[in-house]
Amino acid sequence: MYSFVFRRLAVAVPTILILIVLSFMLMFAAPGGPFNSDRPLSPTVMANIEARYGLDQPYWKQMWNYTVNVVTRFDFGPSFQYRDRTVNDVISQGFPVTLTYGSWSFVVAVVFGLALGIMAAIRHNSWLDYLAVGISIGAQVLPNFVMAPILVLVFTLWLGWLPGGGWNGGQWEYVILPVVALSTSYMASIARIMRSSMLEVMNAGFIRTARAKGLPIHRIILRHALKPALLPVLSYLGPAFVSMITGSVIIDVYFSTGGIGQFFVNSAFSRDYSVIMGITILVGVLTILFNLVVDVLYAWIDPKIRY
Amino acid sequence: MFPERAVADGLVDAAHLAEVQGRSLWKDARIRFFRNKAAVVALFCLIAICIFAFFGGYLAQYERDAIDFTLSGPNAYKGVPSFATGHYFGTDADGRDLFARTVQGTRISLLVGIVGALIAVVVGTLYGAVSGYFGGRTDGLMMRTVDILMSVPYMFVLILMLVIFGKSILMLFVGIGLISWLDMARIARGQTLTIKNKEFVEAAIAIGVRPMRIILRHIVPNLAGIVVVYSTLLIPGMIITESFISFLGLGVQEPNTSLGALISRGASQMQYGVIWQLAFPLFFFIITLFAFFFVGDGLRDALDPKDR
Repeated sequence: MYSFVFRRLAVAVPTILILIVLSFMLMFAAPGGPFNSDRPLSPTVMANIEARYGLDQPYWKQMWNYTVNVVTRFDFGPSFQYRDRTVNDVISQGFPVTLTYGSWSFVVAVVFGLALGIMAAIRHNSWLDYLAVGISIGAQVLPNFVMAPILVLVFTLWLGWLPGGGWNGGQWEYVILPVVALSTSYMASIARIMRSSMLEVMNAGFIRTARAKGLPIHRIILRHALKPALLPVLSYLGPAFVSMITGSVIIDVYFSTGGIGQFFVNSAFSRDYSVIMGITILVGVLTILFNLVVDVLYAWIDPKIRY
Repeated sequence: MFPERAVADGLVDAAHLAEVQGRSLWKDARIRFFRNKAAVVALFCLIAICIFAFFGGYLAQYERDAIDFTLSGPNAYKGVPSFATGHYFGTDADGRDLFARTVQGTRISLLVGIVGALIAVVVGTLYGAVSGYFGGRTDGLMMRTVDILMSVPYMFVLILMLVIFGKSILMLFVGIGLISWLDMARIARGQTLTIKNKEFVEAAIAIGVRPMRIILRHIVPNLAGIVVVYSTLLIPGMIITESFISFLGLGVQEPNTSLGALISRGASQMQYGVIWQLAFPLFFFIITLFAFFFVGDGLRDALDPKDR
């Protein structure tokens, strides 16, 4: 077990380093520096600015400094566009917002997705089953950038129940629409995976034995069927959790929540490379870590898996 | 006497059966596919959408970038869909004909989907086949690379690439294609591992065919079924990715457009009561995705040997 975790870490660490180096190389490949503007600065001013941000040093040294700062102090350096803040400020401002509605979306998606999947499986070929299948097909063609405008149209413009954007310190009215828009497609996927794995498990021999013993149905499901049926869902949840807590970029932009996705897109338009890189690396690290956590959980739950 | 007679009859029957033309894998699959009503309906929808996307321009009364200033800006609500004015789908916020723009948007979305999937399929299949065929250390190295690339947050990297190398359709093609071959490579490798131990590969090795030729002539054709299924399921994914990027304004740039860009524009205008600006692109987006998903599902059922 420990050697498995250790081996996975041994892969994860170089992966993160490669990600840092690659994004740094991409940044150097970009034409023009961050301070080239329509009004050319005088050479001395330019030299001063470049010295301030360490851009006058050789590439390898810049890359080394950057990597060391990121790895040892989790410091992504200053923003190139906002003189008064660093990338860390941007992240610490935006990430809590994304984390809040991302976690809620995760909870909603898991609870409703699992419930829907289990109900569909135990009432196989009933209207409930068809409803669940219908929802999961429908949600596949309604990605969040389609869900978001439809939700705003119905609940803000037509019904006038909920605000169509903003964050307002995370008041509950402002959280609902982003959470629904973000969680729908994940919920549908979870329901679909859960349904098919539950159907498979319910046909297994040990469930028949449990039935033959005369156990009540809820006990069979909770004590016997749930654990093996959860395994395929679990491997889906890892990547899904990361993409939810890093927030869908679309949700941040469309609902103006002020999450990191919004900063990311704004920086993409203003070519603020250090912010883009910082957020990309942050998301990459989270992805790798959560995949690791899920793999370990997987090995822990399923005794058949030996690494 | 009797039992022997029956056996002899059986043999005659069997001989007859053998003379009946055998059905190939592909013919079998075609029959199964056309028995699936949802898939057939979806296929017709898809053909209709393709005709709309590639020939719909001839029906449009206006150029896609011609601005009608009497209908633009705050007067946008005047550009309601009507046959009388020739704006079948109405106009957008800038007074441009939405029909012509939807035609072009659908075309670009379809093209990105198909070309992106094509890049992914070619690169992924070759990579997976090579990795699976050679095996051993090469395989380990190549698959580790895929694992590492898979843990990269691709949406962010794609945006990073678009920012750095400029926002163009070409970059979008390359970026989306580069990202999406990873799954294909895994699938192709898994399939290659089972194929490479078959007798015909052994025979090819025995008569001295070179490895690359075995991969191209003997392995890749046998991957075709799974590749076809996967690529029809890949196309809607590509379309969603492209629309996602264009929705953010980082993808296809004006005056060109795509379904994602149109949905984004429509969504930003909908509070002014010009709901058609959102409804028409959304309709085509959803129908296209539905059609691809159902055709893909139908193909999977038709070609998947597990389901026979």
